Amino acid sequence: MAAIARDFKTLRLDQVSRRFGSVNALEDVTLEVERGEFIALLGPSGCGKSTALNCLAGLLQLTDGSIWLDATRIDGLKPEARGFGMVFQNYALFPHMSVRKNIAFGLRMQGRDRASIARKVEEGLALVHLETQGDKLPGQLSGGQQQRVAIARAIVIEPPLVLMDEPLSNLDAKLRLEMRGEIRRIHDSVGSTTIYVTHDQDEALSLADRVVVMRAGRVRQVGSPGELYARPAHADVAEFMGFRNLLAVPVARAGGGEAEITLGGARLKGTPVEALLDGTATVAIRPDDLVPGPDGPIRATAATVEYRGRDFFGTARMADGTELYFRSAARVEPGEALRLGADAARVLIYSGAKP
Amino acid sequence: MSQGMSAGATGRAVQREPAGARLWATSVWVLVGFFILNLLALIATVVVNSLGTRWFNTWLPEGFTTRWYFSAWDEFQLSDVLIVTFQVVAAVVALAGILGVPAAYALARRDFPGKRFLVLLFLLPLLVPPITFGIPLATVLYKVRLAGSMSGVIVANLVPTVPFVILVMIPFIEQIDPRIEAAARVFGAGTGRLFVHVLVPLLAPGILAALLLVLVRTIAMFELTFFTAGPDSQTLVVALYYAVYAAGVRAGQSIDAMAVIYMVTTLVWLLIALRFVNPAQIVGRAPREAR
Amino acid sequence: MSTASLAARARSERPGLRIVLARHGIDGVTLLAVPSALFVLALFVYPFLYGLVLSLEPKAGGWLANYVKFFSDHFLYETIWNTLQLAIPSTLVNVLLSIPVALRVRRMKHQRLLTAILVLPITLGTVLVAEGLLNYLGPHGWLNRVLVDGGLIADPVRLIHNYWGVLIALFISIFPFTFLLTLSYVTGIDPSLEQAASTLGANARARFRHILLPLLAQGLAINFCLTFVQAFSVFPSAVLLGDPAGVTRVISIAAYTAAFEQYDYSMASAIAMIMGFSQLIIVAAVLASRGLVYRGPAGGAKG
Repeated sequence: MAAIARDFKTLRLDQVSRRFGSVNALEDVTLEVERGEFIALLGPSGCGKSTALNCLAGLLQLTDGSIWLDATRIDGLKPEARGFGMVFQNYALFPHMSVRKNIAFGLRMQGRDRASIARKVEEGLALVHLETQGDKLPGQLSGGQQQRVAIARAIVIEPPLVLMDEPLSNLDAKLRLEMRGEIRRIHDSVGSTTIYVTHDQDEALSLADRVVVMRAGRVRQVGSPGELYARPAHADVAEFMGFRNLLAVPVARAGGGEAEITLGGARLKGTPVEALLDGTATVAIRPDDLVPGPDGPIRATAATVEYRGRDFFGTARMADGTELYFRSAARVEPGEALRLGADAARVLIYSGAKP
Repeated sequence: MSQGMSAGATGRAVQREPAGARLWATSVWVLVGFFILNLLALIATVVVNSLGTRWFNTWLPEGFTTRWYFSAWDEFQLSDVLIVTFQVVAAVVALAGILGVPAAYALARRDFPGKRFLVLLFLLPLLVPPITFGIPLATVLYKVRLAGSMSGVIVANLVPTVPFVILVMIPFIEQIDPRIEAAARVFGAGTGRLFVHVLVPLLAPGILAALLLVLVRTIAMFELTFFTAGPDSQTLVVALYYAVYAAGVRAGQSIDAMAVIYMVTTLVWLLIALRFVNPAQIVGRAPREAR
Repeated sequence: MSTASLAARARSERPGLRIVLARHGIDGVTLLAVPSALFVLALFVYPFLYGLVLSLEPKAGGWLANYVKFFSDHFLYETIWNTLQLAIPSTLVNVLLSIPVALRVRRMKHQRLLTAILVLPITLGTVLVAEGLLNYLGPHGWLNRVLVDGGLIADPVRLIHNYWGVLIALFISIFPFTFLLTLSYVTGIDPSLEQAASTLGANARARFRHILLPLLAQGLAINFCLTFVQAFSVFPSAVLLGDPAGVTRVISIAAYTAAFEQYDYSMASAIAMIMGFSQLIIVAAVLASRGLVYRGPAGGAKG
């Protein structure tokens, strides 16, 4: 089996589309990935991220578009010919093979000699800290251990690309955090190129060099974690990134890179992200950025308050009944009258009404 | 941010299937097709023969007629045989349901010492073919003078059908949330009322499926009836066997007319059953959920 | 029950018998299984025991006389060989052919239609299949007609009233059963296992050899046993379609003859015992070799 350019420079998806009957699971996805990058595909259920990954792996065929590895077109190749490593959501460890045999499987398919296989398997076990578990069957391992075997199995074949399909979603919270670090550590030490699918924005932001936010089969934004966190390009991306205050509001004033909107009868300065076309806009504010203060412009009454250790998280109602989410350093009682405000740089304004 | 350059190449991505894989797939379908073709042909040959006047050395009979059906009806006393068949089948279906459904409920809802043994006990009559236990069973029934009458036939046919009902019903019952039953009990229903007002309505599709399958299987059940029937208690399939066995004496077309009547009886009930069941359940295999 | 007596009962040390039984899962509901259990015990288990005892009370001779007679009479003991000659090839062919067909069919969208057609022989039963084959495979039947008129053979090939007719009947009657069983095992294998194997470089042959076959092995062994047991019990086909006095004189015919033509119930029971025992030996041998193969679940294991 010929190795596909193990040292490639660029992976390119070119207007990739995948249709199931009348449903467009993927539409016009275009993306370039440089060697060595850690890319996260992020989005809610059904956004097409897993479909994109399966198309990259060759498990699904494209209905339109093409995929290129440098100058070679690869979307016509079967999965066994592409040589990409893949880690599945349910691990897909072969239940009848020991850990060693599982990890060795890809190497056997490559036709390596026994000695070299044995050596690489030991390297793989050491990489994921499972040296003593080599002879166990997958059924005898814990979830986290199975996860690590799945990763080792995909890495030892030295693939040009490692594909991960929500690998941590079946683990409990504590293990998830631990494994997150492990995955990044392995990526860095091996120097692989990783494409990682997740619906968890914390995971994506903490792991990736660049994040691709998807929705309804389309790419909505590609950027570094910092960019995505501070400046989502569209209202729906903002919603997904945790801007829980997402409201349709009239524009009071716009121009010169600044704008003012009317919220709860008061005027609030904000930063326009999209060109504001007509008189309405969508304003997005993170709850963390909306805080009560002595001269906050928005008047609201606290409704519920949650204690979170370092601060309080609450909901408040404006005079017209709209609900806002805010954060407070000091205790706030339900029913208290509040004056909420936020930094202009943290108030993002998008065009049109909420999607 | 980088969105990639749009290359000129678009168009469908095609997977090239190696010739070997396509050949293999084709040969598998050819095999299946051949099987089905022969199956349909052997059925067709019976039907055609039953409608033919004389058929010896040609592709099709010389002429067509329906007189064989009338002669078969008289010759083999089919009206009596059909009545017997339906009586037997109705009794078996009813009794298998009455015995099997409550037993399935008990096995689905309770865990008790010896349960595994009991499950094995119910599995055995399904795993052991009818011939193997048919002869000892017939011997016992002769001893208690049940054999040779319709009661004997009914009892014999119940042996594999009661476990079959149990096997098919258990997954259906396990699907019902036990908390619904708990709620009924909290509101005062004893087991009897629980069955009548809650369980049977919820289980109706499952019971219907199981009983239809029992019906189809019992019409076709040969060995058990063969060993226990008397001359007045033969079901249609046994009468057909005797007719074919004595084929030298009777006209082949007449026998085939009877065979067609048998086929129609079975297939009508199969078609009705297929509205409610998955074909795989006829061998007792609950189909897995499609992914 | 008054509060006082309730309290009195609560204070007593020993719980009532009902409660003890209920703790072990035995109560009124459990008793619902009793009628069926008694029925199966009385009409399945008991006849076997009765038959065993009866077989040891022959019409003449010592208590093993029936068995001695069976194994010393050529006409009788060769029935085992006749039956095996039919059962083993048909079982092997059925099981082996069911594998590729099941692997193809599991990806089909209209499985139900195909399954319904394939279930026809089971629904119609062995007698009808035998009668159909008597017509179809006969010297003037359509099959021979196609072969002769098509120039493939000169004279009609003899397929009825001999070994081949019965073998074909066994194949047609039992293949659907074997196929459905294999299909259920095949669909129980997690598809992500094959996907993982293909991303690791395994082509279709390698996936079959390293993933599918090992995971199917356990199910195929069980399938073999169930199919074999059915084939071994061949009866009406062997009589109607075969040569019941000769090469297709199967053991069930011997048992039937003893019971209903010679009225020697003791001998018939002995033959039935021998028949059951022969099946048991082969099944046990196949199941014992299961120990050599993987026996766990075929889904991707989750911790």
